[in-house]
Amino acid sequence: MAKFSKSDGDVVVIIGSGAGGGVLGMELAMKGIKTVILEAGGRHGPQDFVNDEWASFGQISWLDKRTTSGDWRVSRDFSGLPSWIVKAVGGSTLHWAGASLRFQPHEWKARTTYGNVKGADLLDWPIDAKEMAPWYARAENHMGTTGTNGIPRLPGNNNYKVFAAGAKKMGYKQFHTGNMSINSQPRDGRGACAQIGFCFQGCKSGAKWSSGYVSIPKGEATGKLECRSNSQVLKIEHDKSGKVDGVVYADKDGKIHKQRARIVCVAGNSIESPRLLLNSESNMFKNGMANSSGQVGRNYMRHMTASTYAIFEKPVYFYRGTTMAGIIQDESRHDTSRGFVGGYELETLALGLPFMAAFLDPGQWGREFSASMEGYDHMAGLWIVGEDMPQASNRVTLHKKIKDQHGMPVPNVNFSDHENDIKMRNHAWKQSTALYESVGATKTIQTPPYPSTHNLGTNRMSAKASDGVVNKYGQTWDIKNLFVSDGSQFTTGAAENPTLTIVALAMRQAKYIAKQMSSKAI
Amino acid sequence: MRVLNKKAISRRSFLKSGTVTALGLTVMGPMVIGKNNAWSATFKTIGADDAATLIQMARDTYPHDFLADRFYAKVIEGVEAQAGKDKAFKSMVGKELKKINSAAKKKYKANYKDINRELERVDILKSNEKSPLFQKIRGDLVVGLYNNKEVWPKFGYEGESASKGGYMSRGFNDIDWL
Ligand SMILES: Cc1cc2nc3c(=O)[nH]c(=O)nc-3n(C[C@H](O)[C@H](O)[C@H](O)COP(=O)(O)OP(=O)(O)OC[C@H]3O[C@@H](n4cnc5c(N)ncnc54)[C@H](O)[C@@H]3O)c2cc1C
Ligand code: SF4
Repeated sequence: MAKFSKSDGDVVVIIGSGAGGGVLGMELAMKGIKTVILEAGGRHGPQDFVNDEWASFGQISWLDKRTTSGDWRVSRDFSGLPSWIVKAVGGSTLHWAGASLRFQPHEWKARTTYGNVKGADLLDWPIDAKEMAPWYARAENHMGTTGTNGIPRLPGNNNYKVFAAGAKKMGYKQFHTGNMSINSQPRDGRGACAQIGFCFQGCKSGAKWSSGYVSIPKGEATGKLECRSNSQVLKIEHDKSGKVDGVVYADKDGKIHKQRARIVCVAGNSIESPRLLLNSESNMFKNGMANSSGQVGRNYMRHMTASTYAIFEKPVYFYRGTTMAGIIQDESRHDTSRGFVGGYELETLALGLPFMAAFLDPGQWGREFSASMEGYDHMAGLWIVGEDMPQASNRVTLHKKIKDQHGMPVPNVNFSDHENDIKMRNHAWKQSTALYESVGATKTIQTPPYPSTHNLGTNRMSAKASDGVVNKYGQTWDIKNLFVSDGSQFTTGAAENPTLTIVALAMRQAKYIAKQMSSKAI
Repeated sequence: MRVLNKKAISRRSFLKSGTVTALGLTVMGPMVIGKNNAWSATFKTIGADDAATLIQMARDTYPHDFLADRFYAKVIEGVEAQAGKDKAFKSMVGKELKKINSAAKKKYKANYKDINRELERVDILKSNEKSPLFQKIRGDLVVGLYNNKEVWPKFGYEGESASKGGYMSRGFNDIDWL
């Protein structure tokens, strides 16, 4: 395992070790490039993950203070918790369920495909399906995605069987147990999924891919990667010419350090990444770093989400086995006859009893709610995830007064649903309710969105410098040795869970950075 | 299908829960004790009477008839602990309970916990839904009541599974009624 000096100005510094940062670090190290990942959280793994929802939440979730505004229900129900993500080595790939889907070709070109949607700030990605295909293939191979590379799909659990029976009744055609980055058989030195059922709490068997215990160790094994945990970056610094040259970070005890850098890559997830750029203001960059377009923090997306839970006469025990155990893709098409642009996926989901109480119908109490909870072991459930409309006013800003433990302004997340999001959610609730009723549900519950697990789009990628923050390689338009390497690059969100795309983009970016370094362009 | 027996309580877990609440409960069982004087040992700061009211409020907020009072009392112990440390909080609790009782007396001629019908108690709670006390109790309950490992089997939730080898051979796909 490498250890680099803080005054070593030749290293590439990556901020954050999740899907984007962790994979970028591995790829750069494998190309022989000296890389330091600074990760705000601690290091955990299968050995100390716990099969206990609230205990795990306390162990690995991001709990630093945040504030919310806007008309979304999360702001009312969980005002201090806009998102549910991780602060630990591996980032949110410790919590993640493993669903690994490619964008559909038309989703790279949302503005062209959907046209001018009122109130939406749609833009085409400057890349397309053809360009991304080899990178998707590389990502699927690295992550061991089922249904690709000859890897068999996982067996369906009880929750999936109810879901699939309903799908058949509804006439759906495209449903199966998913493309999951979870080993269905031993692969890459890791065992097969034992159907433990606490995928969100960090997989205790290591069958689920995570950058934390899969990618980063591979990078470390090259001797070129140092992953420094408990190191929270507060500011990116630059030289007189306007190139970035290092970062300031706080360690576990709040002590301040400085790490010099040749290149800085920001991968702190879509709330922290823009927060850090905005906080890195200076005389030269008065509105924050890489923000000449004014786009940093804007077009925050979280996917159109919701859930449907259904109670049956007989038991299901939906928590047994993989948390996300199957998918229906028929509704992911773009078909405006349904009254909205874009599409959505239906994916099975189960929560443990403690989280079900918190999320089923936030704020509710009384017999109706209790009766639903008493149906817990007879429940089946699914999560709805669809494309939401980017809106410039949905944005991450620095709070004017409240500061965190390091004296850095906390981020405020402002979000309001677009009309298209609402129409799509209502359609999805209707379809999924009908699905469960078709197989005998006696009660269905339409559950509102959880705090955001998919955070996207606050440093958007664009073809023109005036439209976005980064170019098609995630390089900031303003500063050539500053990159964005996480989900905040997303121009639009597509209907699919984002991580496979984040990983593919990071791999592609690694190649670009290596080339730029060897040609001395940066 | 591997179906769980939700009514089975192991003797061990029952004894264990007895010791975390009030002395004496272990032997007698909580349901036998009258609502008013069972809690004096546990709720020294807020007092047995207010504790009994809070426990009734807790039950009315998330009513599960198969759960004994001690599961609700366990969450109210958090209120007791905070009241012991925080004077302003303690007086807020007292004040809000007075409000609730006077509303109860006015409408139903009895203190909150002495109203017999749940619907009438819930009616009083509904009109106090925004109060800081109700919000506090509801919030504590939602994370406390359902996070008590002893209630999990009663809802058919099995909890931790890694040490048992997951559900691979313990019924992850054994549904037989579809
Ligand atoms: C419960 C749950 C289930 C999910 N399921 C799926 C799924 O099935 N499929 C899917 O595609 N996606 C899923 N996701 C989403 C997925 O986890 C994220 O999209 C993905 O991990 C985001 O990658 P990222 O690199 O943008 O950020 P992250 O993976 O969150 O990594 C960001 C890292 O940066 C660190 N960091 C932040 N700020 C700083 C700083 N200032 N200094 C140092 N470090 C910092 C954080 O601590 C964190 O470790 C799920 C997420 C959750 C929470
Ligand atoms: S169900 Fe499989 S992937 Fe999920 S935590 Fe268990 S072993 Fe890991």
